[in-house]
Amino acid sequence: MVLIRKFEEAAAKAYSVGKIGGFLHLYIGQEAVGVGSIASLTPKDYIVSTYRDHGHALARGLHPKPLMAELFGKGTGISKGNGGSMHFFDRNAHFMGGHGIVGGHISLAAGIAFASKFKKEDSVTICFFGEGAANIGSFHEGLNLAAIWKLPVVFICENNHYAMGTPEYRALAVKDVSVRAYAYDMARDHIEGDEVRKVRDHVKVAVERARRGEGPTLIEVSTYRFRGHSMSDPAKYRTKEELEAYKKKDPLMRARHELELGGIKTEELDKLDLEIQTQIDEAYEYAETSPEPPLSQLHKYVYAEDK
Amino acid sequence: MAILTYREALNRAMVEEMEKDPLIYLMGEEVGHYQGAYKVSQGMLSKFGEDRVIDTPISENGFAGIGVGSAMVGLRPIIEFMTWNFSLVAIDQIINSAAKMNYMSGGQFPMPIVFRGAGGVGGRLGAQHSQAFESWYAHCPGLKVVCPATPKDAYGLLKSSIRDNNPTIFIESEVLYGSKGEVPEQEYTIPLGLGEIKRKGTDITLVTWSRALVFAEEAAALLEQEGISVEIVDLRSLRPLDENLIYESVKKTNRAVVVEEGWPVAGFGAQIAYLIQKNAFAYLDHPVERVTQMDVPMSYAANLERMSLPNATRVADTIREMLQ
Repeated sequence: MVLIRKFEEAAAKAYSVGKIGGFLHLYIGQEAVGVGSIASLTPKDYIVSTYRDHGHALARGLHPKPLMAELFGKGTGISKGNGGSMHFFDRNAHFMGGHGIVGGHISLAAGIAFASKFKKEDSVTICFFGEGAANIGSFHEGLNLAAIWKLPVVFICENNHYAMGTPEYRALAVKDVSVRAYAYDMARDHIEGDEVRKVRDHVKVAVERARRGEGPTLIEVSTYRFRGHSMSDPAKYRTKEELEAYKKKDPLMRARHELELGGIKTEELDKLDLEIQTQIDEAYEYAETSPEPPLSQLHKYVYAEDK
Repeated sequence: MAILTYREALNRAMVEEMEKDPLIYLMGEEVGHYQGAYKVSQGMLSKFGEDRVIDTPISENGFAGIGVGSAMVGLRPIIEFMTWNFSLVAIDQIINSAAKMNYMSGGQFPMPIVFRGAGGVGGRLGAQHSQAFESWYAHCPGLKVVCPATPKDAYGLLKSSIRDNNPTIFIESEVLYGSKGEVPEQEYTIPLGLGEIKRKGTDITLVTWSRALVFAEEAAALLEQEGISVEIVDLRSLRPLDENLIYESVKKTNRAVVVEEGWPVAGFGAQIAYLIQKNAFAYLDHPVERVTQMDVPMSYAANLERMSLPNATRVADTIREMLQ
């Protein structure tokens, strides 16, 4: 979680000085959801992410260097500079992409789970999306198909209460996204997203259910993003008081507190923080000094090589 | 040489490929128990079972996405749209996901998927069921676009599309499903991007694909009686495009007409006209002309539909004018 936080703080800095282009959607505040969820997986499982994919990628164990390089648009990036912030991909890590069209990736996740079932492999796919995606057709079609075919997939709605600037009460006819599972005769769960171990334990139940062939689960995790929708969003649609209240429930502070209660010394945690900061500094340096992709890459990858 | 219908040729191609490769599956509305809305998948369910011939609910966006996701992890889906008119609700998955997956992942995710189904105009199906969309998909890099006109081509091109590691838009002509033609008994494929001269001629080049080939052939037969010799270039696929075949023909005839079922504005014929003037300008004796559907949604009324559709008479009239 600290790695994600520091990675994104560094990314925000790079964005503000123009080293990162395009949109930059930060995950700060939501770290416990990705870390907890992905902690319940094995390497053979699949992850499908959104345009807010940095946290999920780091939680999957992808190295910050190629991720930062991707943000900088460098040839050493995880998607060779063709993807950018919203499109981290790592085939080997079964990290099946950040996807930039809200909700479109939900049926892709069902498709990956479909393939696992087709090939009789016991991999499980988890799919992250925001509550904004729960209103688009792809959500309903993806969940319905996953339910009728009992696909091994866990749909994780990270409800951060704002779809860009639209608060959930103006977008969701029924505020609790997880109850939509009833419409598809699907298992459901609803948890608070500031406690990483709790997220892990709950998601694990759904992952194991999927692995047993008992079908998909819709989990809603209540969370909050401390920053705007993206770096270009001053987030004027919400009050300072609201933000401050959520910051008091910062999942990082909570995790640290729990570790200290568990007997881990403050100095050890501080040391770990420093080590992580060094790792991020190195990633920044790596991204900055890496070469841009060769111009010959422009036409490469439009089409795959022949079979 | 066997005589097969266009739909039988497609069926044979799918069956043969699925027999060879267990990673291929067919998915779509009514493809299984109903035996295909247009009977293209007739008999496939009993041959391959429900695991590989998969009926879906009406949810094009959803099952197109299932196809794309499954192709990311190595399956080779054939996704049938009952008609290409319905593909528009899945166009997000086709363009935003399938077409770009390999590119935006830096080459990590080839996309061996075929989207296929009935397309084209006519049959008094009205505005929402009578449309030609190949220009829409040909617009997008990352997709391949295939539009066969004969049973022989349908078979060879579908096999190539299924074997290709890229997302292929395979638009079948609804009107031609029952048309018959010779199909070699021996297995063969036709490489994507290879057009064919369907008729040799010296006075004018007709560039066409899919069912518009029928209009072109009818017009050529009419004009032959008047002593006009027409050459017909059937592109067969729009992406990749057999550009040289067009230029070689135009160099010989010095005139070209594009005949297509789609609308004129920003249609694929406009791209061909541009390419000819750019690359064979010195050989042209006349501006490139186009015969397309009229620039209106399709009317149900028989007389208005007739007027809106491209046909042999319009093609022949255009050619006569160009040769004056």
